[in-house]
Amino acid sequence: MSVSDADELATATPAAAAATPVTVASKVRPGREALWFARRNRKLILGLGVVLAFLALAVAGPLVDPHGPNEYVGPPSQRPSADFWFGTTMFGQDVFAQFAHGLRATFLVGLLGGGLAALVGMVVGFTAGWRGGVVDEVLNMLTNVVLVVPTLAVLLIIATYLRVRGVVPEAVFIGLFSWPWVARAIRAQTFSLRSRDFVDLARLSGAGGARIVFREIAPNMSSYLFMTFILLFGGSVLTAATLDFIGLGPTDGMSLGLMMNNAVLWSALPLGMWWWFVPPGLGITLIVGSLYIMNVGLDEVFNPKLREL
Amino acid sequence: MRHYFQRKLGIYVLTFFVAVTVDWMIPRFMPGDPVQTMLARASLRPEASQAMQAYYTGVFGLDVPIWRQYLNFWGALLQGDLGVSIWLFPQPVTGVILRAVPYTIALLVPAILLSWWAGNKFGAFAARRRWLDNTVLPVGYVLTATPYMWLGILLAWALATVAGVFPIAGGYSFDVEPSWTPSFLADLARHWFLPFASLFLVGFGGWAIGMRNLIIYELEADYSHYLEALGAPRRLVRRYAFRNALLPQLTGLALQLGVLVAGALVTEIVFSYPGLGYLILQAINNQDFFLIQGAFLFIILGVLVANFLVDVVYVLVDPRTRVGMRGAA
Repeated sequence: MSVSDADELATATPAAAAATPVTVASKVRPGREALWFARRNRKLILGLGVVLAFLALAVAGPLVDPHGPNEYVGPPSQRPSADFWFGTTMFGQDVFAQFAHGLRATFLVGLLGGGLAALVGMVVGFTAGWRGGVVDEVLNMLTNVVLVVPTLAVLLIIATYLRVRGVVPEAVFIGLFSWPWVARAIRAQTFSLRSRDFVDLARLSGAGGARIVFREIAPNMSSYLFMTFILLFGGSVLTAATLDFIGLGPTDGMSLGLMMNNAVLWSALPLGMWWWFVPPGLGITLIVGSLYIMNVGLDEVFNPKLREL
Repeated sequence: MRHYFQRKLGIYVLTFFVAVTVDWMIPRFMPGDPVQTMLARASLRPEASQAMQAYYTGVFGLDVPIWRQYLNFWGALLQGDLGVSIWLFPQPVTGVILRAVPYTIALLVPAILLSWWAGNKFGAFAARRRWLDNTVLPVGYVLTATPYMWLGILLAWALATVAGVFPIAGGYSFDVEPSWTPSFLADLARHWFLPFASLFLVGFGGWAIGMRNLIIYELEADYSHYLEALGAPRRLVRRYAFRNALLPQLTGLALQLGVLVAGALVTEIVFSYPGLGYLILQAINNQDFFLIQGAFLFIILGVLVANFLVDVVYVLVDPRTRVGMRGAA
């Protein structure tokens, strides 16, 4: 293996990423077998359970609790009680209502930002890996440039000058700047797959480039692609929380990062109003942590070498 | 090897070029007039506003053709001129930033190095030890999933507000004068500890997990099995595995730099620590666009330099880079 290959494969596993460098050849037979292992994998079930629970809360919360996230509904600075499950903020806003609405924003950012990043990463990675040559050189250069630029710095300067800030544009910008490691990993794997016999066979039978990529190459790393999306989802949520916390989040809505921003801004810390800043951070930690653990579980499901029997 | 560094340096120079261009472009091509936007928010008296408008139009150089503006921007930049801060008018942005940077570096560099070192050691130790592994895995994943600022908030709340062991905010107490005396340095260290600890902990979890996973992967490799079959002691095999696993972790460090810097920025905000992050917050709240643009360039420059350092270290520790880069690859 040449050094650049080792380098590239290594980038496929950032610190928090999937357990092992994915074996390219793991031929996942979709359906039965994977499902059998999936149902018996405790990490996967546990992680999925937590994420789904939060999703349910995000969907149902605002329906159960009629208050808007920024409405002044009760006495200020109340501890959690039967009336206000998570207490109230310094201005008498319902922390639970903010939390539920913030969860919605979190899932939206993760889904949209992670999805867009996965899409761009796949397009760039497959194109570079399949076409090779000059196209590869150019795309690789682009990838390397975006890779070293700190995402937050770019988002900082964009968010400062854009005046209307909603959750959707925020997610789009996050997605547009967090794809490079995906592109590198997919490019490296496409390279190693394109010289396989089954790809040659498809080419002999007259299939076009796009068809070969989507029918022959992509299915061979479908499990990896899915796991990548989960990691991107988690990453987008964390990036959005960071942006919101700096004060560059949605101006019209509510998000978990914004809740923490408000709590710190209005000195919830010295006042000891823990119910204001504990739920949003805990929510993010549990969702993202569960996604990571779910990913380890998925890795064990898809990769026979890791299965515990 | 020469080729390797040339390539890497080329990418960094190109990145810096793109970053500067973006920095120049965004205020000019975003909808609306940047000078108008800035002044509208400053809410000044009409005559003052007019004077400022004339001044800032001159600073932005909006009255010359666009290519000229771009060249002027580079010219000023290369002389270290990033404009004048609006929030701290009339201090130059470069000076304001240079005063904040040491705090950020003092926080970031020890946190990165120590968490990387300790996380790797601990992860390697925990791998394949059933009891330890079962606790390290979930704890590590939860730690990496923790938003930096939240861990900072929790530490500040628990150890400063409730326990009162550490100060809750600031770089040093208000009642001491900055000087090189032991009492001031002790005060500085006490204020430094909590932000450092929260950065360290989040990083530690990530590196420990990464190393644990890599060690397990390495122990499955042929050379490990071969060594075992030869009857090599377990410790020796693990040592070889550790050395091999360090390389991807090093690449991971380069990849994580941007995230780590972002983490440091928000941690500083939690603790009102007078570094770059706190400065950025003030700049955003005061609509100080020049300061934000300057901070953006500083962050990019810092990350690029750090990336280059990682590249150098990589060549030093991986003999294959030296051989491979001299040859065909």
